[in-house]
Amino acid sequence: MGDLAAAQAAVADAFRSDWGRVVAYLIRVTGNWDLAEECAQDAFERALERWPRDGVPSSPAAWLKTTARNRALDRLRRSTVGEAKLKDLTMLSTSDDATDGDQSGIEDDRLRLMFTCCHPALPVEAQVALTLRSLAGLTTPEIARAFLVPHETMAKRLTRAKRKIAEARIPYRVPAAHRLGERLRAVLVVIYALFNEGYGASAGDELIRRDLCVEAIRLGRLLAELMPDEPEALGLLSLMLLQDSRRAARVDPDGELVTLENQNRSLWDQAAIAEGCNVLDRAVRLRRPGPYQLQAAIAACHALARSAAETDWHEIAVLYDRLSEIVPTPVVLLNRAVAVAMAEGPAAGLKLVEELEQAGALADYYLLPATRADLVRRLSRYAEAATTYQRALELVPTDAERRFLARRLSELSEERHR
Amino acid sequence: MRYALLVCLDESGELNEADAERRYAEFTVFQDEMEARGVLVARERLRPTALATTVRVRDAGLVVADGPFAETKEQIAGFYIIDCADLDEAIEIASRTPGAKHGTIEVRPVWEI
Repeated sequence: MGDLAAAQAAVADAFRSDWGRVVAYLIRVTGNWDLAEECAQDAFERALERWPRDGVPSSPAAWLKTTARNRALDRLRRSTVGEAKLKDLTMLSTSDDATDGDQSGIEDDRLRLMFTCCHPALPVEAQVALTLRSLAGLTTPEIARAFLVPHETMAKRLTRAKRKIAEARIPYRVPAAHRLGERLRAVLVVIYALFNEGYGASAGDELIRRDLCVEAIRLGRLLAELMPDEPEALGLLSLMLLQDSRRAARVDPDGELVTLENQNRSLWDQAAIAEGCNVLDRAVRLRRPGPYQLQAAIAACHALARSAAETDWHEIAVLYDRLSEIVPTPVVLLNRAVAVAMAEGPAAGLKLVEELEQAGALADYYLLPATRADLVRRLSRYAEAATTYQRALELVPTDAERRFLARRLSELSEERHR
Repeated sequence: MRYALLVCLDESGELNEADAERRYAEFTVFQDEMEARGVLVARERLRPTALATTVRVRDAGLVVADGPFAETKEQIAGFYIIDCADLDEAIEIASRTPGAKHGTIEVRPVWEI
């Protein structure tokens, strides 16, 4: 590897491990989220110029913080409103961290910053979006796709949240241990969004961003240790472990997506399944059911079935029923339709899919036509299946999923002539 | 930074004398604490919404109507203006308001001119 490649790799590593820290540091010292993000961005760009030439600094995080802080100083100097802030900024060293006055009991820096970001005076969806943007470094389009809302909606949500932070003066402060509970819901959503972004990367040709899954599970474990009496924290950890147990079987050697039904179950990670089931048992014993526990229970049904044919679809349909009572989101209803189709036949599932279509839900979500296509195929309505697969292909965001749908479409014509 | 704490309570419930006295005592304690802490700028208790009048000026001229701005289960029964560091402190103070136990406290930043 050349110096340039090595330096670029170092910047990429630093982005993964330190982006959130740099942004959090700047938010704390400037109180301005937009400025913090922009100056962090500048610092990483500068690293890309400098590190190949000057070498990678011994502490990349400290270099990035100093560079970003100096950038913020420059910009504040040029604006009149910034003058008051300047004094604090010039006095602060880069070594201080969120730990001063910290009574949260959270040792992990990243988890602590997540709780700090998720202020309960903001709507939960804004807490989540802000955290993913400022700490995890996800882009606004990535976050918009993760929550199935248009890009502009997500951008507006972020703008409104930042405005409330500034105008109602919401501080960026680590919450005390007894106040962590009210922020837990958003933190769980953040961690699961990270996991999902890694598990089915929302755009591009890379289907799995392994590092995000590993990090999400690590954070899930820490959270389960920190809050052993929170069943949903345990539920989330269990859910991620059970989904992640299938990773080796989910993509074939050519990088193609393999459906659950066609996966080689001997590739499933039995240790992860055992741990996932174990954690779920602990959660269920607390007797406060919730969406993550229910989703984990569904994942456990799949994980424990020795073959696709032995899957207990009736149990899964019941679990989706309960889940849709708590969170009647279109995505949950769509998954319920799939489970019902497996338990009671494609016609019953199709009826539920049509209800969703009539409600106008998920209009741009490729899995809605993809599901419909699969159901009408199983009802031998091949021409309709073909046009519906085409519709799904127009909407699909990642290359691997596009190839998968294209393959289903070509298999369709074989099936038709059989 | 100044915030208004709008104390929203259900004014329909009649209090017996003992409860009314207890509640009055709670408010007094709270106000004394806030004054000692130096965050209290102003406070007023409002008469019931039955005495409220709304005033609007529209194209057709002045519109005066009987009753409060919005018919809701809880009405604004009083307010505090406090001056404190940030929203976390305002929330902490709001949480000590006796009204927070049976009503809702709306915390609103005040325009700084």
